[in-house]
Amino acid sequence: MKEDWGKEAGNIISKWARKHSLWVLAYGTGCGAIEIPPTMTSRYDAERFGITGSATPRQADVLLITGYLAVKTLKRVIRTYEQMQSPKYVMGFGSCTINGGMYWDSYNTIKRLDDYLPVDIFINGCMPRPEAVIDGFIELQKLIDAGTAQGWVKYKENLDTYRANQKKVITNWKMPDYNW
Amino acid sequence: MDILSIIWIIVMPFIGSLVGLTYMGIGRKIIARVQHRYGPPIFQNVVDVIKLYSKRSAITHGVMFHLAPNIAITGTISTLMFVPVLVGENAISLFSFQGDLILILYIMVFGCLAMALGAGQSGNPNSAIGVSRGLTQMFGYEIPFVIALVTLMVQNETTSVQNIIAAQDSFMHWNIFQSPFAFVAAMFAFLGMMGNKPFDVPFAPAEIASGPPSEFGGKYLALMQTNRGMFAFVKLVLYVDLFLGGATNFAILLVKTFAFYLIPLFVGIVNPRFRTEQAMTFFWKWPTAIGLAGFLLVLL
Repeated sequence: MKEDWGKEAGNIISKWARKHSLWVLAYGTGCGAIEIPPTMTSRYDAERFGITGSATPRQADVLLITGYLAVKTLKRVIRTYEQMQSPKYVMGFGSCTINGGMYWDSYNTIKRLDDYLPVDIFINGCMPRPEAVIDGFIELQKLIDAGTAQGWVKYKENLDTYRANQKKVITNWKMPDYNW
Repeated sequence: MDILSIIWIIVMPFIGSLVGLTYMGIGRKIIARVQHRYGPPIFQNVVDVIKLYSKRSAITHGVMFHLAPNIAITGTISTLMFVPVLVGENAISLFSFQGDLILILYIMVFGCLAMALGAGQSGNPNSAIGVSRGLTQMFGYEIPFVIALVTLMVQNETTSVQNIIAAQDSFMHWNIFQSPFAFVAAMFAFLGMMGNKPFDVPFAPAEIASGPPSEFGGKYLALMQTNRGMFAFVKLVLYVDLFLGGATNFAILLVKTFAFYLIPLFVGIVNPRFRTEQAMTFFWKWPTAIGLAGFLLVLL
């Protein structure tokens, strides 16, 4: 009983801290990267919710994928995602990450990001405005609070499926089995 | 050694890191207000550190990588033990002894060196650049800092922080008025030590991806952030002891340290970043010249 109590208190504190301090690694190769500066700076000021940019994947909590992913960049995204420390969350930004968007018949972009990485929350729109991005972050905070932002657990459990999907599109897989 | 001082030895690192992190949070808030933003809550840095402690860490680059944050925080805690926090009837001077100023001078470098070793082993090129920049800048600001401290030692004919505090018994005897040249030199060195804007060459997040800690994440980064907050507190308390005559209770200590904290903050808000060689030339030109002038005045 006593151990449970301690674990419970630890869970509540860590959940609260994770919720109020999201360090974002913006993977800005798509056109959506242009919406990140106004979100972070004076006009919309995401820092009041504890959302700050982080410089390296090691320090980041949220991987924000802004827009389409070419097969070449998908490789880098996988590498970045696996280097992040769990618990980690992925945010798909714009319709390109949902169904390919305007690149749906392109020969070198992936269509559905969720097949390759476990996405916790999507923000639709082309482009989503900074208000929508902040709304997405607040939804992510709610998911963390409810304990349903479990993408990193899903990735760990279904690593083989994800890996098979990734290797289907990335033909020159010259990476280790897992990028620590 | 009585029970009370043992309790203070255990409690003081926690108070120090909490105060330092809260100052950093207030600093973030002030920067936000200057930029016409609302800004994060003032306890944001504490929340960040709690979150980092609650993360899982699966990184390894070798033994030194694991040891570096621990060595850094050990160095900071031991510096805190030698700096008299409060003076007067309810003094907190944990391990003060004759000649502790020289020891503090040496032991303050400990954290930087540990960080350099750990970041060096991580193999990240950004870390290597950051380490070389950080050590270069350290050679820059250590010279005016040492000159200022030597001036104080010669002036008071002592190497003990306690005696320097005891010599500043009234408002007009504070070293900020008694030896203003040493104060100015030490304050320029303080700008470099705090790593705020004009002198954040080693960290430079937009340029070399936060420099030395770029490969540290999770609990390693949590230890480093705790260390950073505590080290800020240690430096502030040391400067208050040396130049503002110490503090007799915690309220006065907080007012004085916060006043000192605001100086690098405000300088940082209005200034862009120096390049490495600009920072070096700056430190070796003006603060050193002012410090030497003050030293000569004291000798004459």
